[in-house]
Amino acid sequence: MLTYTLRRLLVAIPTLLLISLVIFLLVDLAPGSPASEIPLTVPAEVKAKMIEAMGINEPVHIRYLLWLKQFFWTEPLYAIDAAFGTDFADNAPRIISYSSKVPVIDYIAERLPQTLIVIGSAYVIAILIALPIGIYSAYRQYSWFDQIGTFVSMVGYSVPTFFTGLLAIIVFTSWLGWFPSIYNTSLRVVDWASFKQQVTQMFLPVAVLALFNAAELSRYTRSSMLENLSQDYARTARAKGMSERTVVLKHVLRNSLIPVITVITLGMPAIFAGAIVTEQVFKINGIGAALIGAIHVNDLPVVQTIAFITAILIVLFNLVADILYGILDPRIRYD
Amino acid sequence: MLDAPPRPLVEVTDLKMHFPIHTGVFRRHTGDVKAVDGVSFSILPGETLGLVGESGCGKSTVGRAMLRLYEPTAGRVVIDGDDVASLSPEALRKKRPTMQMVFQDPQASLNPRMTLARIIGEPLDEHTAWPKAKKLERVYELMDAVGLNRRFANRYPHEFSGGQRQRIGIARALALNPRFIVCDEPIAALDVSIQAQVVNLLEDLQEKLGLTYLFISHDLSMVRHIADRVAVMYLGRIAELSPRDALYARPLHPYAEALLSAVNEPDPVRAATRRRIILKGDVPSPANPPVGCNFCTRCPRVFGRCRVEKPPLQEVEPGRFVACHLFDNTAAGRTGASEVPEHNQQGVTQ
Repeated sequence: MLTYTLRRLLVAIPTLLLISLVIFLLVDLAPGSPASEIPLTVPAEVKAKMIEAMGINEPVHIRYLLWLKQFFWTEPLYAIDAAFGTDFADNAPRIISYSSKVPVIDYIAERLPQTLIVIGSAYVIAILIALPIGIYSAYRQYSWFDQIGTFVSMVGYSVPTFFTGLLAIIVFTSWLGWFPSIYNTSLRVVDWASFKQQVTQMFLPVAVLALFNAAELSRYTRSSMLENLSQDYARTARAKGMSERTVVLKHVLRNSLIPVITVITLGMPAIFAGAIVTEQVFKINGIGAALIGAIHVNDLPVVQTIAFITAILIVLFNLVADILYGILDPRIRYD
Repeated sequence: MLDAPPRPLVEVTDLKMHFPIHTGVFRRHTGDVKAVDGVSFSILPGETLGLVGESGCGKSTVGRAMLRLYEPTAGRVVIDGDDVASLSPEALRKKRPTMQMVFQDPQASLNPRMTLARIIGEPLDEHTAWPKAKKLERVYELMDAVGLNRRFANRYPHEFSGGQRQRIGIARALALNPRFIVCDEPIAALDVSIQAQVVNLLEDLQEKLGLTYLFISHDLSMVRHIADRVAVMYLGRIAELSPRDALYARPLHPYAEALLSAVNEPDPVRAATRRRIILKGDVPSPANPPVGCNFCTRCPRVFGRCRVEKPPLQEVEPGRFVACHLFDNTAAGRTGASEVPEHNQQGVTQ
């Protein structure tokens, strides 16, 4: 397993380098340039100096290699310095946002908590809802519970979040006035009152996202359970005289969870990338909103960095999913 | 009094297993697949009853319904004094140790995520309050009994060959000292060279532990080897139930005759003179069986009465039970199945 993991990590390096090149070129070659964001009233020689300062007069391969060096070498040094109070980075140039002129990594670190809290808790709640529904739906296939569960899942999965989000705002904010429609990023949880406020403002975005994720997960759980419930070993367990609870929760569920856990793991990078649409709808100042904002103002370093970090996480969680699969299913061995 | 027949361990009376068919937009109940339609037999302690028939005739369903792995539609299954078909779920669970099953597919019937020791030992967790060491000792004992090396205890099912997996399945079934075991085609998924090993193992265990078997198979020569009596099933009903030697020497029911004519004859001289009966047509759908005898659509010796009246299973010679109008030894006035004496339905050698 260790050899396998190391080998996979080594294979990931060229993969990620290729992805970084593709992302860099795609973003760079897309129409629109940071220079076009400079107002026309700025004199030509000043404009030329600004362009030089941003480093965008260099040819594309130089800029790519520079960005690569900054991402993989300079930024980690800064991270080490920040953690241990050392001075390895020695004021080397960092990846700087074109529009806000702050280091991109700091910008992301600022946005990340909101995304992790909202999207992360939506994901956790979705898992907690989806598993019991999926299990019971499969156990009582074609019952009323299953029919309703299937219907709700279909609706939850097929209706986009910008629709359910707006619907929730109309119903719960405009009509009922129970929850705010705008997420207040600067709220600090210090006491019970502010905690309650935080829960209230998280409720709608979390509910909308959880519905969407739970719909998908409960379908996976249900089909996986159904497949295993009809397996011969479930019949064996009943013939052994195991209680129904043991048969379903011990024998069948443990085998059914293998693919479900894979799906859950593969969905993890999305928590970092943020739910772009939901963050827009509820005005959550997270990573998704940062990405959209950066795209609007041609802030290439921000777009490239966020896209690339997401790519790293996807590659990483694919590996984690494969390793989990190997741990959970004794039939799979990576040697 | 001395030669009173021993009490049968298993008595199946008029067992029916119908699977409902739902069709249409509203999934209305429009019919039933009559997989098992009124089967009666009994098995004496220590005896092996072979159950043969072509695929789809309901022989596996009989085995599963007997152990209540399906809920039987009707009928009584008395195993060791209790009617299994009507026990409450909890009482049934308590009853399970007495009756076990060896399944056809040794790969699919073992939980892939459990080690051998846990597969064999799990029934002990559920039905005994033994300390851990005693349970492990029992697991080792069972592994010895079926010829598995003790070193394999912590391996998973996929690490074994088909024959070894079937041994695990047998050890698992034996864990709770059952009296009655349904062997549901235990050798169908195995290589021919391994089949003999597993069948011999089953015979040895029967001798040592005094087990009673219902041996379900479509392999007629294997049944001839292991069974004391053989029931031939066709389309959810028993066509003939006879002692093994009598059946193989001279099958009475036309279907049994046709079926047994398909057994390969190893002696080439005799094989040359072997007369094969080739049945024409297909098995009727069990959702819509014929009005009369189930075999009337393909029977080479069919006559008028067969198409209108189902023949009951009755004793035509001592110990031989046949469901066929050709062998109707009762008076001409005797018709319906309801008038057949009770002991004839049991199928016990008297």
